[in-house]
Amino acid sequence: MTGDAIISVRDLKTQFGDQVIHEHLDLDIYAGEVLGIVGGSGTGKSVLLRTILGLNPPVAGSIEIFGKLRSQMTPEDAHAVERRWGVLFQDGALFSSLTVTQNIQVPLKEHLKLPVQLMNEIAALKIALVGLPAEAGPKYPSELSGGMRKRAGLARALALDPEIVFLDEPTAGLDPIGASAFDELIKNLQATLGLTVFMVTHDLDSLYAICDRIAVLADKRVIVTGPISEMLKQEQPWIREYFHGPRGRAAMAAKSAPPRS
Amino acid sequence: MAREGEAGAWLEAVQDATTLVLKAKGDWIVAHADGADKSLAQVDVRGRRSVIFDLAAIGKLDTTGAWLLHRAQRQFQTQGAVATYIGANAAQATLLDAVTKGDRPTVDHPAHGNPIMVIVERMGRTLEEIGITLRDATAFFGLVLETLGKTILNPRRMRLTSTVYHMEQAGLNAVPIVSLISFLIGAVLAFQGAQQLRKFGGEVFTVNLVAISFLREVGILLTAIMVAGRSGSAFAAQIGSMKVREEIDAMRTLGLDPAEVLVLPRVIALIVMMPLLGFIAAFMGLSGGGLVVLLNLGMSPEMYIQRLYDALDFWDVFTGVIKAPVFGLLIAVIGCFEGMKVEGSAESVGQRTTASVVEGIFTVIVVDAFFSILFIQLGV
Repeated sequence: MTGDAIISVRDLKTQFGDQVIHEHLDLDIYAGEVLGIVGGSGTGKSVLLRTILGLNPPVAGSIEIFGKLRSQMTPEDAHAVERRWGVLFQDGALFSSLTVTQNIQVPLKEHLKLPVQLMNEIAALKIALVGLPAEAGPKYPSELSGGMRKRAGLARALALDPEIVFLDEPTAGLDPIGASAFDELIKNLQATLGLTVFMVTHDLDSLYAICDRIAVLADKRVIVTGPISEMLKQEQPWIREYFHGPRGRAAMAAKSAPPRS
Repeated sequence: MAREGEAGAWLEAVQDATTLVLKAKGDWIVAHADGADKSLAQVDVRGRRSVIFDLAAIGKLDTTGAWLLHRAQRQFQTQGAVATYIGANAAQATLLDAVTKGDRPTVDHPAHGNPIMVIVERMGRTLEEIGITLRDATAFFGLVLETLGKTILNPRRMRLTSTVYHMEQAGLNAVPIVSLISFLIGAVLAFQGAQQLRKFGGEVFTVNLVAISFLREVGILLTAIMVAGRSGSAFAAQIGSMKVREEIDAMRTLGLDPAEVLVLPRVIALIVMMPLLGFIAAFMGLSGGGLVVLLNLGMSPEMYIQRLYDALDFWDVFTGVIKAPVFGLLIAVIGCFEGMKVEGSAESVGQRTTASVVEGIFTVIVVDAFFSILFIQLGV
């Protein structure tokens, strides 16, 4: 499970105006793991994701990605890094003026020069890999349901076969069946493609089902990281409440029951 | 071939009479897909009974690389050779399996038919859309009038704050630009008119030209075009974005009538503000004309005002004024109508905003033509 840290965040500080979101935040992401980020509302989970992605400049601290410091990257370096990661935003963030197929081909066209036929085949393959019907390809995002948009967004994130994918609340807004199916999909893709997954989530079932390691955000920093078994032993009140509350217990029970087919 | 250490993806062929062994070398990843695709295309399997892909020496393999191998395997098999893999590690085998499962007929974008038929079909569709738009716009216009009527009967239902806000946005804030444009057009009109009229020795009639054209037509048309571009588009974009974010639906479920809450304040604001803006436009146009007349013909301001009194009668002023609220009503209704027609995406907001400006200006000019005919028939 653990290899080298492919992303290391050290002593990170972010702030909006006077409001400090993170301070002295350290986090490592190892190759091949599924890392779940949890924390109460407003603890800056999404901000952390956006900061690592470079959408949000940090006030202080360093972010090292694939062995290079973000602050020292040239635009070419940053461009190269963008080829090695994929991002799924909350509602897919598909380009509304393009079809699903065209959305998947956007990164291919931007970064590579491939024959049109091959790009169409790659798009069709990704659509199949994320479990969408082939008919979804020529459709526009507004014609898809929320769950399908997320799958299409994931297909676009996977277009360049990235080493790491960032998922922002992948199961939020999905029905329980859809959410389990999405967990299953991420697990399968992770096993098949050897992906590293960085996942912001509120979904306890996802944490139990697919996360190798969990990082808890509280008090403006990552207070603890570790597998779920370690989370259950934590005495910190918020973590106890989170994992031992009624929903936490239900998710635990679901996990110990025979696995879903 | 010494290609070790080089970036790319390529095949090395080892063959005997019936079997072709293809050793995949290099990184078979999406970045090298073009090269890999070409090297596979060069493989000739005619007359072979079996083809073996040897993956033992492959570098990296990703879904695209796996797809290319899978596609080649399928293609060789249709050409009569049995194609198999050897030397794949567990992860690569899983990936090849997943890709094989993902192979299914692609669904293409609907094909374009006969180009002439496509043009005819598009014309038909456009005509139908125009018809539907006209019908819907008429219905919407009726709805607005009904809401307006209800509000007049029960004035407490009127959203005063919102109405005043839109009066400020669409009216007061438009004063500088409307003034500037009118002043400049007034000056240009006077300058060009004076040039032409000088040929007949009738420079003094420049005043009549500017005064009548500005008060009857140009002032109010300019204002209407500016307002359609500034406020009609703003109405469409505001209501359109609210529609996209389901705010309009939320309003309905809360028992609020969007026509009353959103549309009516905007309509009333423009009905009230258009005559005022038209008045300002006329005043500034006459001022611009006056400046040119002063500089070019040496006519004093007192003289200019005296000539204006002589040139104009009540109806010249009134025909301009009476059109203003009608134009305001039309622009506001069209802007709101297009906003309500927004569906789904950000792109739709853009399309509808454009449509609101185009339709707003078009309608204003058509209605202005009807007014002209009406006034001529009435002899005023």
